[in-house]
This record gives sequence, C-alpha cells and structure tokens, in this order.
Amino acid sequence: MTSIILRTATRYMFPPLLVFSIYILLRGHHYPGGGFVGGLFAGSAFALYTLAFDVADARRLIRIDPRDITAAGLAAALLSGIPPLFTDHAFLTGTWWEVPLFSGATMDIGTPLIFDIGVYLVVFGVLLTLVFVLGEEE
Amino acid sequence: MTLLPALPIMIPLAGAVLCMLLRKSVVLQKAIALATSGILLLTAVCLMVHTRTGTIAVMHVGHWQAPFGITLAVDMLSCVMLLLTGLLAVGISFYACFDLDQPRMQFGFFPLMLILLMGVNGAFVTGDLFNLYVWFEVLLTASFILLALGGERPQLEGSVKYVALNLLSSALFLAGIGILYGMAGTLNLAELAVVVQQGERGGLVTMVAVMFLMAFGIKAGMFPLYFWLPASYPTPPIVVTALFSGLLTKVGVYSLIRVFTLVFSTDPEFLHGLILVGAGLTMLSGVLAAAAQFEMRKILAVHIVSQIGYIVMGLGLFTQLALTGTIFYLIHIMIVKTNLFLVAGAVNRIKGTYELKKLGGLYKEKPGLSILFIISAMSLAGVPPLSGFFAKLALIIAGLRQEAWLIVGVALGVSLLTLYSMTKIWSYVFWEPAPEPLPDLNPMPSGKWIMFLLPMIGFTILTIGIGVFAGPIFDYADAAAGQLMNPQGYIDAVLGGGG
Amino acid sequence: MEVLLAIVIGVLYGGGLYLMMRRNLIQLIIGLGLLSHGANLLIFTAGGLRKGGAPILAEGEKAFAALPSDPLPQALILTAIVISFAVTAFALVLFLRTYEVVGTDDVDELKETDT
Repeated sequence: MTSIILRTATRYMFPPLLVFSIYILLRGHHYPGGGFVGGLFAGSAFALYTLAFDVADARRLIRIDPRDITAAGLAAALLSGIPPLFTDHAFLTGTWWEVPLFSGATMDIGTPLIFDIGVYLVVFGVLLTLVFVLGEEE
Repeated sequence: MTLLPALPIMIPLAGAVLCMLLRKSVVLQKAIALATSGILLLTAVCLMVHTRTGTIAVMHVGHWQAPFGITLAVDMLSCVMLLLTGLLAVGISFYACFDLDQPRMQFGFFPLMLILLMGVNGAFVTGDLFNLYVWFEVLLTASFILLALGGERPQLEGSVKYVALNLLSSALFLAGIGILYGMAGTLNLAELAVVVQQGERGGLVTMVAVMFLMAFGIKAGMFPLYFWLPASYPTPPIVVTALFSGLLTKVGVYSLIRVFTLVFSTDPEFLHGLILVGAGLTMLSGVLAAAAQFEMRKILAVHIVSQIGYIVMGLGLFTQLALTGTIFYLIHIMIVKTNLFLVAGAVNRIKGTYELKKLGGLYKEKPGLSILFIISAMSLAGVPPLSGFFAKLALIIAGLRQEAWLIVGVALGVSLLTLYSMTKIWSYVFWEPAPEPLPDLNPMPSGKWIMFLLPMIGFTILTIGIGVFAGPIFDYADAAAGQLMNPQGYIDAVLGGGG
Repeated sequence: MEVLLAIVIGVLYGGGLYLMMRRNLIQLIIGLGLLSHGANLLIFTAGGLRKGGAPILAEGEKAFAALPSDPLPQALILTAIVISFAVTAFALVLFLRTYEVVGTDDVDELKETDT
C-alpha cells in the first residue's frame, strides 16, 4: 500500500489526530469521551500511519515498545487506586488535589484522571501491538 | 484492614506489570512470579484469619456503596479458594522455573500466568455478577494465550475448540445477566438474592438459572458440555495443563456454588435436581472416557471431568453436609489433580513420552517419583486415610441421608473405576518393565532433581496432611457450608453499609 | 419497539448459531461476533427502553425534572463490547495461525487431538 494520496493525507492528519485524542481523554470526565476512546483515537492515528507507510516506520516513529506502554498504563491504573488509602478510604475512591496555577488560579487534579490516563495508555499499547503483529504477519 | 479483599487482585496485577516491564530478563521474571505467588499465599492466610469466625470481609470499591458500586465480599468459601490458588501458584511457578522451555518464558508465560491468577482471584472475591463476567473474561483471555503459546499444531487445534466454546459460554452468561438485570434491576449478588427470594417471577428466574447453569457448566466441564476439555487440556506444556486443571474449571464450579446457593435457591427441586442428574452423568462419562485412553495426560484430563461430577454432586444434594463435602472435595482435588499432572510432566521429562504403552519400569529407576504418584493416585481414587477418602465419604453420607440411592451408587462405582484408571497408569508406567527400554533423556544432578520434585513433594505432603487433619479441615468446611446455606449473613454484610 | 428489537435479537442469535455450525473458521468467528452483538442488544432491551436525558444533575438541582434513562445497561454493554473486541482480535490471530499451520479452514479437519 503505497498510495501517495494516503501518505500525504496521513502527514496532515497525524498530528491533529493525536491532539484530538488528548482532548477526548481530558474531556471524558464530564462529557462523552475518556481514556478508552482517546486511546483508540491515538491508536488509529498510528494504525493509519502503519497503513500509509509500513510497520517498521511506525515502530521507528513511536520508539517505545507498545508492550511497555501497556504495562505503564496498567501501572498507572493500579497506582491511581492507592492515594485514597492514606486517607482511610476504600481502594479506588476518587481523591482530588488542588494544584495552584499562575496568579491565584487553581486546578483540580484527581485520581480518576490518572486512572483514565492509564486506560488511554493500555488501549493505545494493546491496539498498537495488535496492528504491528498483524502488519508484520504478511 | 479495609484493603484486604482487594489485595488478591492487586498483587498479581502488580506482579504482571513488573514482569511485562522486565520481559528481557527471564531470571527476574521467575523471581517476581515466585515472590508474587508467595505474597498471594500470605494474603490468603491473612484473609483466612480475618474471616475464620464467620465475619465476611466486605469492600466497596471506590467508596460506592452496594448495590450501586462493585462490592468485593470474601466469605469462608472464597477464602478457601484463595488459599488454594495461592498454594497452586507457588507450586506451579516453582515447577515452571525448572521445566518450561526458554522461548515460552521469554514470550511472557509469567505475566500471563499472573494475569490469569488475577482473573481467578477476582472471580473468587467479587460480589457482583457483571464483575464476575469481567473476571471470567480476564482469565479466559489469559488462558487462550497460554494455551496457544508456542503455536504447535495440536495446541492450535485445541485452542480453536477451547476459544469457540468458551466464547459461546460467555455469550450465554452475558444474555443471562441481561435478562436478570431487566427483571431485578440490580446485579449485586446480595441484592439479587433479596429480589429473587420475594419470588414474584418464579418461571423467569428458573429459566435464567438454567442459562447460568449452561454457561458455568461449559466452563466447569459438566456433562454434556465438556467436550472442549479433553480436546484442549492435553495439548500445551504440562505446567499450563496443571495450572488450568487446578484453577479454571474450579472457577466455573465456584461460580455455580455461589450463584446456586445465594441467588437461585428458590426452586431446589427442579434446579438442584437438574444439577444432580448432570453430576451423575458427568462422573460416569468422564471415568468411562478415561478407561479407553492410553495417554497419561489424556487420562488425567478426562478424569478432571469425572471429578467435577463429585464436586457438583454436593451442590445438587443441597444440604449442609453435602456442601461441606463439596468444599472438602475442592480442597482435595485442586491439590491432588495438579500434583498428578506435575508428576506426569516429570515422567515426560525423563522419558520424553506420555504414552502408557511405551513407558515402563519407572519404579526401579525413580522410586521417589513413583511414591509421589501412587500417593496422589490413591488419594484421587479415595483410598483411606488420604484426602480423597474423607471428601468422598462426606458426599456419600450426605447422599444416603437424602436417600438419593442412585447418585450414591454412581459415585461409588465411579470411585472404583477411578481406582482402575490409576492402577492402569501405575502398572504400565511404573511397575511393569518397558517394552523397549527408553533412555533417561534428562539426567539431572541429584540436587537439581530434588528441587524439581519439591513442589510435588509439597503437594503430596499436603494430600497426606488433609487426610491426617481431616477433622479440623472438615470443621472449617462445615462452617463455610453453613454460611452458604444461610445466605442472610452474606446479604447483611454486603448491603448493611459500612466498608 | 421491544417487539422489533426482540426480532432483531432473535435473528442475530439465529444467524450467529447458524454460522458457528458452518465448520469454517472465518464463519465461526463472524458467528461468535453476531452472538455477542445479540447478547449486548438483549441487555439493552431488557434494561428497559426509555427516552430520557443523561442522569447527571445540573448545578443546584436536587432532583431530575424528567426521568433520566438508565445508564447502567449502556455501561455494561460498553464493557462487553470492549471485551469482545479484544477477544475477537485474539481469535482472528489464532485462527490465522491455525490456518497457516494446519493448512485448512475446515473445523472438521482439526482432529489431530481426537482419539
């Protein structure tokens, strides 16, 4: 598959897809979206890249082995359950911290976000492993 | 200790993550797998101490109270299963370190085994039906890959059958969950029990119960749904077979026990009668199929089926004594069966085959291994004073008290046939001289040989121990069965807030 | 609406089971997919069909103005879809390998382990 149209389109589509995947991930706390969909978006960006170029190129682009990404995601999801234990709550209870930003503004960062990032990474990693394995099969 | 019920899930997950990150180093993976299994065993012991007086350890994950959130609830039955899982995990990961080939270990045997353990433990601790489905899928996915790992032809063929039938069972399970949710508006096991006890939708409940019986029956390997088992279990390396035989079908059985004592206990005449018929046929067909086999792994694999029949028989009789027998039988069979597979693996390691007709004379060469085999085999057949004898005794007394003559007759007859199968292996493999002498393929130095045998020695001592200390273990099983027969305690513990 | 969905579910189950018995690996996998779709739709239908908004209270509200739709069946289905996605992907790879090693896609030919 070496279509020049696909290649050119992929070059332009690739960065917005990745940015959009992160937008979907962050949006997920209150609105439709979240780690799973976000991870699928990011994964499809790389799948598209794999289709347009080939598996070796995609692997070079991502540098990290997708299995490491999966493991990191699982670790993030597991660790996100730990903080509430220190305040004597059940495992995985949502815990929030106020993070001060510039000039008095604050932002809430919580364990559900960390869990969602974990999901994002797991989905991303698994999807990439799958795409690469199936792509290298031929 | 509010965290305790979640630990059996978290620990293997952490171990699996570490193994995945360190997948270049097999040595480190071995160490992690062993350490994780050890910690798992310790956790199970802690939980056992915590719940020994009959308290049920409950945890509402994420602080979402039941019935809205996912609840983890550990009663005495769950504890027994967790403890056995821990024991098997230690033994099997130890054995794997010596027996499994390098490529499979590099390709991720250990992380997969740990994920499998996570799924199994999750199924044992969860108090939510949909969560049970999720854990089933976790352990199934891990088992699919473990089964196919290596990609030899018989393995792939076995995997296709295994995957297809288990996915069918999952679809049934899911459909049952859907109907149950539509009917009761909840999937929390404790609340389901309350809703079903009110008994407004009797016929529908019975129908859904039969769907669950089919779904779990496929996973447990009950008659007539067990055909995937002899086709797939003997194909992978023996460590994987031992792991599966110890844990997978037992998760199916555990789910049957949990669901049919807690939720579907309103129509015992039909449902438990059906289970009893299934149990009898399971025992019989398993043992008859074994009689026709002349390959060690296959004989043992079809014997899993016949043993499942015994376990389910206690559930079908549905009295406290019968359930005590079932729990005792689970304790006995998980250890003994796994041990027999490990011994078969050792035989294969020495002689390079599982065929009875090629093997022979091992008693002369390896008397230690032979003794390990004969103790487990006799225990499986139910020879006193080993663990199997007391397990069968409890079930048969329970059957006699219920005046269920037929099933008692079948159980006794199958026991004899089991003895026949085991003596067949004994005489072909160990006692009689080999038709053609086979060379020792794997001369290990005696130090390493002892290490290799260590898990088997451990399991054998446990088998004898269960027989010797049958009294206290029987008391514990009795208490656990008491909890199952009076589900009000479980319901109160889950729905009573707290956590 | 329930009747319509019930018919669709029935067709999915029927088609799925029919394909599973066709003894062809690819049809087997499509059949399994149809079965899981049928089960998902069954959850959706049994969970109660009702038009309603998202069950999220706006700021300051204490109760819902109109009865919201039940989010749980959707959550269950989403989970089940994700699981069946992963499992189907694995099954595809497995069946591909089997086809390469055994050289046939007829399930009846997979009998080396039978005796």
